[in-house]
Amino acid sequence: MSEQTTDLRAVAVGDQLPGRTIHLTREDLVRYAGASLDRNRIHWDEPFAKQVGLPDVIAHGMLTMGSAVQVVVDWVGDAGRVVEYATKFTAPVVVDYDDGADVEVSGTVKKVEGDRATVELTATCRGQKVLGRALATVRLDG
Amino acid sequence: MAVNPEIAGRAYPPAGPYVVSRAKIAEFAEAVGAVDPVHTSVEVARERGYADVIAPPTFAVVIDMFVGKTLYDDPESGIDFSRVVHGEQRFTHHAPLTAGDEIYTTLHVDQVRLVGGHAMVTTRTELATADGAPRCTAVSTLVVRGEDEGER
Repeated sequence: MSEQTTDLRAVAVGDQLPGRTIHLTREDLVRYAGASLDRNRIHWDEPFAKQVGLPDVIAHGMLTMGSAVQVVVDWVGDAGRVVEYATKFTAPVVVDYDDGADVEVSGTVKKVEGDRATVELTATCRGQKVLGRALATVRLDG
Repeated sequence: MAVNPEIAGRAYPPAGPYVVSRAKIAEFAEAVGAVDPVHTSVEVARERGYADVIAPPTFAVVIDMFVGKTLYDDPESGIDFSRVVHGEQRFTHHAPLTAGDEIYTTLHVDQVRLVGGHAMVTTRTELATADGAPRCTAVSTLVVRGEDEGER
């Protein structure tokens, strides 16, 4: 996790990053609400979420975005190498009271230009894409 | 009330400072599963050439939530925040947000598009230190659902 295992000089288009499953529970949502200061009730209050037309409590889009990029950070070996990160939020991650939610994250190198590489992340929950055009650009130099 | 398209191009006065702390970085890192010790160990951070522990790539949202509420507070924006859905987010890092940084944020409304009853509002927050060193540009697209539409 701390030691960089990827040879950054050998990064090439098409490289696959080690993917992972991020398991989210209601507890994770409360923790993120506190840490991020985004205390919107749709992320922790089930009756409220349903009252405003959601199927259930949903994860903060920014929690999904922030968790997914760890695939890139672990691969590149240093969070400070991420120079750009963008995504669209295409579907909510519904977090069940008992079972939580599993978000499957994978990444592929899409572009290498000079000392920069761009990784496209894929994040799905229950077979549905939850992030769209999720692109992280990292520095590969020294 | 509908979104006021005339807020496009508006820039709000700088807000801050928000002082980035080791404790908040550690708390946020835990919440997003960021296990890189560069977020929690000053020693590791300095070995890698940083002045102190650095924040995870999406930490700027914390600062935005803390100080960047000007658009929500602007009575002329016409934005009903119970109807807002986060559509897109982009962070461009000029240098990592680092513990000890005193950050000022400047909010700009870059674009307002009215699309079939919805409004798409693109905001840009520039985060910089007190002496003007740029740290991060955070661009958000908010989708404001129309009034006559049922809840989704």
